[in-house]
Amino acid sequence: MSEGSENIIEVRDLWYSRAQRPIFTGLNIDIPRGKITSVMGPSGTGKTTLLRLITRQIRPHRGTILVDGIDIAALSMKQLYNFRRRFGVLFQNGALLTDYSVFENVAFPLYEHTRLPNRLIRHIVLTKLHAVGLRGAADMMPAELSGGMARRVALARAIVMDPEILIYDEPFVGLDPISMGVIVRLVRKMNDALGISSVLVSHDVQEIATVTDQSFLISDGKVAASGSPDELSKTSSELVRQFMHGMADGPVAFHFAAPDYTEQLLGRDID
Amino acid sequence: MFRDAYYTIVEFLRTFGAFQLFFMRVLSISPSVLVLRFPLVVKQVYNAGALSLVLIMICGLFVGAVLGLQGYTNLAKFNAESAVGTFAAFSLIKELGPVITALLFAGRAGTALASEIGLMKATDQLAAMAMMATDPLRRVIVPRFLGGAISMPLLVAIFSVIGLYGAHVVGVVLLGVDTGAFWQQLQTALDPSDVHEGIIKSVVFGVVVSIVAVWEGFNAIPTAEGVGRATTRTVVISAIAILMIDFMITALMM
Repeated sequence: MSEGSENIIEVRDLWYSRAQRPIFTGLNIDIPRGKITSVMGPSGTGKTTLLRLITRQIRPHRGTILVDGIDIAALSMKQLYNFRRRFGVLFQNGALLTDYSVFENVAFPLYEHTRLPNRLIRHIVLTKLHAVGLRGAADMMPAELSGGMARRVALARAIVMDPEILIYDEPFVGLDPISMGVIVRLVRKMNDALGISSVLVSHDVQEIATVTDQSFLISDGKVAASGSPDELSKTSSELVRQFMHGMADGPVAFHFAAPDYTEQLLGRDID
Repeated sequence: MFRDAYYTIVEFLRTFGAFQLFFMRVLSISPSVLVLRFPLVVKQVYNAGALSLVLIMICGLFVGAVLGLQGYTNLAKFNAESAVGTFAAFSLIKELGPVITALLFAGRAGTALASEIGLMKATDQLAAMAMMATDPLRRVIVPRFLGGAISMPLLVAIFSVIGLYGAHVVGVVLLGVDTGAFWQQLQTALDPSDVHEGIIKSVVFGVVVSIVAVWEGFNAIPTAEGVGRATTRTVVISAIAILMIDFMITALMM
């Protein structure tokens, strides 16, 4: 493994649009090695799209993405699959395989990519499940799990191959405060104990502030602000303040673009 | 209006081209999946084939019974009611066996495949698999395609045999045609080439229904409505394709 630059992921001049709508217009982001980096932004700014671009589930229209110094656009399909073993991804809804038990879900990457004896696989899976506190749920089916538990199982599955980069897509959405606290603690623990570089995509400002080392705030296809949670909360930028403090109106307008209100109510826009 | 028509045609050709590439890809990795992931294929043969068995058997029995009844009443006008076995065998082995089984199979197994794959896509399971460096095509799509393609000829054989039994029950047991005449005439009239035609059709239909089902599921729009539409389209496209291809094969084998 090369000890390249201090950034594990470098996004340079990224352009991407979907259905004529530009999502990214020249995005630049550096994600440092061994830290927890979060990407924040209002809904619809393309945070999940960015994750899909970084893992090359989709390709950018312009620009380069370097992961550990490798240009991922240049990888062949086979290289890409090898390369993806270095990632662990936690999907928004967990994305557990519904016809396999919790144990089989976590064991899935091991069965697919290794020829380890069953006893060793069992050992690894149980340790990972223990790390997320769900060793007792090993025989349950995904349908029997609560949202928080499903996400913890998915986390155990994401780390079972000991990835270098762990990616979380909206890990805090739709969780009760206790599950939220558990996940926040796990994110920190995984990062520090395993020496992983973590990337979080979220808009839960409070939770992000407690766990992240560095944040990027994306708006209008570019990075609007970046820095530690402290730096961001002290900034003078209108947009950052609106986002961090959850104000309804500001640079990000409360109203979606619409014709003039009076005109429309009077029905003049139809004529 | 011409613009709309133009775009519709372009869109259709694009989809059709993508479908062909998908088909090629599935065929090209099928042999390795069959060897390396044999247990998965077996499981899918069970899902697509064994679970359709009861449906196929019941339908086969009644189709055969109707053939026996219709054959008997019409052939009796020419004093040829003992040919009812031949009549049922020709209809079943060359046409009705493959066609009806394929239609039933599209409704029972094809829809199950399309909705299962579509839902896996909608819940990010396919993306998660790809991110765990497992090609969903090899893990999910091709085993299901092979399961369907292998099950279909077997189901057709069972359908035809049970159908003949149904015709026998009605013709011989109920309406009193001589058993010996029933089987003997059938045996002399039926050529191996007739059976080959049925086998070829069953193999082709199996491939067609399975590939349509996995394609529709794999390309479903990942929403509740999208998965529903993919399921419907699987039945519609399969039915049209089966009947068109049936005519073509019959014409070619004349």
